[in-house]
Amino acid sequence: MTDGAERRRPRLATVWLGGCSGCHMSLLDLDERLLDLARAADVVFSPVADAKVFPEDVDVTLVEGAVANADHLALIRTVRARTKVLVSLGDCAVTGNVTALRNLVPLDRVLRTSYVERATAGRGVPDAPGVVPPLLPRVEPLHRVVPVDVYLPGCPPSAERIWEALLALLEGHRPAADGGAVPRFG
Amino acid sequence: MTTVPPETDTITLTVDGTLVSARQGDTLLEVLREHGVAVPTLCDLDGVSDVGACRLCLVEVADRPRPQAACVTAAAEGMAVRTDTERLRSLRRTTVELLLAERNHVCAVCVADGNCELQDLAAATGVDHVSQEYLYPAGLAVDLSHPRFGVDHNRCVLCTRCVRVCDEVEGAHTWDVAGRGAESRVITDMATPWGESPTCTSCGKCVDACPTGALFLRGTTVGEAVRHPERLAYLGAARRERRWLLDLVAGPPAAADGGAAGAPGGAAEETPDRKESKP
Repeated sequence: MTDGAERRRPRLATVWLGGCSGCHMSLLDLDERLLDLARAADVVFSPVADAKVFPEDVDVTLVEGAVANADHLALIRTVRARTKVLVSLGDCAVTGNVTALRNLVPLDRVLRTSYVERATAGRGVPDAPGVVPPLLPRVEPLHRVVPVDVYLPGCPPSAERIWEALLALLEGHRPAADGGAVPRFG
Repeated sequence: MTTVPPETDTITLTVDGTLVSARQGDTLLEVLREHGVAVPTLCDLDGVSDVGACRLCLVEVADRPRPQAACVTAAAEGMAVRTDTERLRSLRRTTVELLLAERNHVCAVCVADGNCELQDLAAATGVDHVSQEYLYPAGLAVDLSHPRFGVDHNRCVLCTRCVRVCDEVEGAHTWDVAGRGAESRVITDMATPWGESPTCTSCGKCVDACPTGALFLRGTTVGEAVRHPERLAYLGAARRERRWLLDLVAGPPAAADGGAAGAPGGAAEETPDRKESKP
């Protein structure tokens, strides 16, 4: 920064794909640090912000969840194209985790079991084009679909781990692999 | 200063540029541990033989083209060993990634989550994602035929600790490995259900030896965490209706054979043997 020029506030987004929202809950566990975060960055897209379209020119995007359906696939491609640093947040995004357990069973079998054989009401596989996104044949972790810059495993990653990473990322650094909590699965 | 007589079986080698002494016959892994040099291990287990199955303790030995598994390489005079090169770190990361990709390790819903050596190894070797494609093998069995233990092949890394501890410590040799390559499975006896094994002594050493969630104590899984709220209703009703008191007070005189058995709170009356002995 020179000539006293105001540095542009970093633009932060968070995205929720095929996950349980636990990683976003962990993000909200930042508690009073959320006020610091609001001062440090503009949250331009998030399940907890009222934006319908993923915006252009985002500096950092945290993505929770695996890529499980056609909407996830379209959104993550848009996110990648419009984000400088893409963060795979939590085990579903990083490994597929519970979301990918259905990969052990063929997709039609999954749908029949869930919506026909075990259904107690309204039996029938959902078929509402344009409303209910079709499931992909196989659930994939983010990095199998788009390039990922930073991985934050954990189910969920702790608020402390997220905060450490955000502090570094919003300053334009990569989170130190050996700093603070060791990233681990589970 | 006293002079220590030279021991003929003492050898000297170099570990990461530092001279260390060792005993003839030591493995490299023993030498490294004795000198506080940490290398990751998985199949290694104190008290049983070494097999070099997991390849995580690979080290570089000068003049040998390929890395060597430290647990099954004998230390030798003049050997120059490196334990922490970029090549070795990369090999170890890849090994851990392949272990995670080969079967279905879903830490978040595993009985060993938080108590798993594979999970620890991933953290220790810097594996924060798996770049190999996950295989998602379908149809890997979970055998719950044994009353106390379970085996989940989704979590098995084929370290063979269970095989070795059962053979070498318990002396039962219930466990072994069947199949080849990706089809390999640990089996009990002739691939018969664990609960029907005539050789298993139910000692549980294999469960203690297992580094992952493949072998586990039954009753520790989430699905087995069954609560019994109906017992509370039973207790409440029993108290209201004074069932136990009535039994004790108005029980047949034959049951009052000695003070202890008839004392309030004594459970002896409820045992099947006592009931059968009643007229």
